[in-house]
Amino acid sequence: MANPHISVHNLNVFYRDHHALKDLTVELPERQITAIIGPSGCGKTTFLKSLNRLVELVEGTKISGKVLVRGLDIYHSDVDVTEIRKRIGLLSQRPHPLPMSIYDNVAFGPRLHGLKGRQELDRTVEDHLRAAGLWDEVKDRLHAPASRLSAGQQQRLCLARGLAVEPEVLLGDEPTSALDPMSAQHIERRLLDLKENYTIVIVTHILRQARRLADYVIFLYLGELVEHGPAADFFNHPQEARTRAYIRGEF
Amino acid sequence: MDKRKEELIFQGLMIASALIVIGSLVFVLAVVVLKGLPALNLAMLTQTPKGGYYLGGEGGILNAITGSLCLAGGATVLALLLSLPIALFLQVYSGKSRFSEFARLSLDVLWGVPSIVYGAFGFTIMVFLRVRASLLGGVMALTLLELPIMSRALEEVISMVPLELKESAYALGATRLETAMRVVVRQCLPGILTAILLAFGRGIGDAASVLFTAGYTDSLPSSLFRPVASLPLAVFFQLATPFPEVQQRAYASALVLTIIVLLISLGCRLIGGRFTAHVIR
Repeated sequence: MANPHISVHNLNVFYRDHHALKDLTVELPERQITAIIGPSGCGKTTFLKSLNRLVELVEGTKISGKVLVRGLDIYHSDVDVTEIRKRIGLLSQRPHPLPMSIYDNVAFGPRLHGLKGRQELDRTVEDHLRAAGLWDEVKDRLHAPASRLSAGQQQRLCLARGLAVEPEVLLGDEPTSALDPMSAQHIERRLLDLKENYTIVIVTHILRQARRLADYVIFLYLGELVEHGPAADFFNHPQEARTRAYIRGEF
Repeated sequence: MDKRKEELIFQGLMIASALIVIGSLVFVLAVVVLKGLPALNLAMLTQTPKGGYYLGGEGGILNAITGSLCLAGGATVLALLLSLPIALFLQVYSGKSRFSEFARLSLDVLWGVPSIVYGAFGFTIMVFLRVRASLLGGVMALTLLELPIMSRALEEVISMVPLELKESAYALGATRLETAMRVVVRQCLPGILTAILLAFGRGIGDAASVLFTAGYTDSLPSSLFRPVASLPLAVFFQLATPFPEVQQRAYASALVLTIIVLLISLGCRLIGGRFTAHVIR
C-alpha cells in the first residue's frame, strides 16, 4: 500500500490464556473506510480496541507486536496513551453519552485538552454537532441532559463528541447495531461524508453494510487474519475458501 | 404437599416477615412519639441544661443537638474525604489485585467492629497523646465508625458505572483521574448522597464510640479540644435518672434525634432529584 495510515505488524493479543488475536499483519489505508468483518467472537472488537489501546484496560491482557500510526509505535513505552486516544476516536456499539448536558458532552474532550474560551468552545460545539448532523435538532436545548436524547441522536452526539477532540482516525465498533434503521442510515451517511478528512475503521457483522461503506475489507476468523484487500476485489474475487463461504453466508 | 400449597405457605411467611419489619418500625416510632411528644417543647430545643436539669429543673438539650450535629457532620465530611479516594481506587484503578482484595476485606472487618471498640480504641490513643475527651476525639472515633460503611456503599455505587461509559471518556483522551472525577463521580452523585446519608445516620445515632472520646458537657460546643454533648448520650443520661419527667425528656430527645435523621434523609432526596437529571441509565 502506498501510504497506509495505520500499519499493524505481528500483533498478538492474549486475554489470560485466550489467544484472541493471532499474529496479525495488515495495513489500513488513509482517508478510506476499512471494514473489519467476521463472525461473533472472532476478535473484531479486540482488533479495533487495540488500535487505540483501549484493549489494555481489560485485566490480564498481554499484547505483543507493533501498531504504527503514521509511523509512531503506539505501544512504545515512551508514548503517552492519552495522546494516542486523542488522535484516534471511538464510536462504541451502544451510545454512551457522558452524564452531563449535550453541550458539555461535546465540550468534554476539548476542555480536557485545554480549550477554555467561551467563544471557542461555543464554536467547537456547534461545528462538531453540525458535522455529526445533530445541530438542527439540539440547537435550542444545548444545556438539556444528553440522556434525554433518543438512541439515534445519542449516537450522533457521541460522534460529535469524538470529532471534537480532532482525531485523525475514527474507530466504530458496530456503531449502528443498537439503532433503528433510519438512525443507522443517518450514521452511515455521516461516515461516508467524514472519510474525506478521516481514516475510518468500523467493525460490522452486517455484510451489506460492509459492501455499502467499505473501501477496504479485513476478514477475521477465530483471531486469525484470513483475507484483506480493497472492497471490490474482496467481494468479487475472494481468494480464500473461508472468505467465499462467509460471503455466501455459510458461517 | 402440592406445589400450590407450598407456594401459598411461603408467600405467607414472606409477607409475615415484611410485616414484622414494618411493624417494628411503626412500634419504635410510636413509642418515641407517644412518650416524647408531650415533653417536647421550644425550651428543650433552644436552651442548654440549667442547674438541676437532670433533677427535673429548667433547660433543654441544645447542647446535645448542636454537639451531635458537629460530631456527625465533622465525621461524615472526614469519612467522605477518605472513602471517596478508597472507593475510586478500588473500582477505577486497581480492579481485582491482591492489595485491593485485602483492602476490601479490611473494610468488611472494620464494618463488623462494634462501636464501643472504636470508642475504647480512640480512648487509648487519646490517653497516649494525653488529649482529653473532646469534639476532635469524638469526630475521629465516629470517622472510623463511618469509614467502612461509606467506603463500601460508595464502592457499590461506583461499580454500577458501565464499563463503556468509562471507555468513552478514555477514548476521548481522558486520564484515569479525569475519568474518575469528571465522569464517574457525576454519574454516581445520587448514590454518593445516599452513602453520605447512611454514614451520617449511623454516626449521629451512635453512643458507644463518643462515650469516652467526646465526653459530655452542659455547654454548647465551643472548641475542637473541649468535650461536647451528644443526643444518644443525652437520651442515656436522662433515661438513667429516677425522675419520670426527666425520663420523658429522654424520649423527647430520642424524638429529636429521629426527626433530625428524617429531615436529613428527606433533604438528601430533594437534592438527589436534581442530580439525577444527567445520570445515564
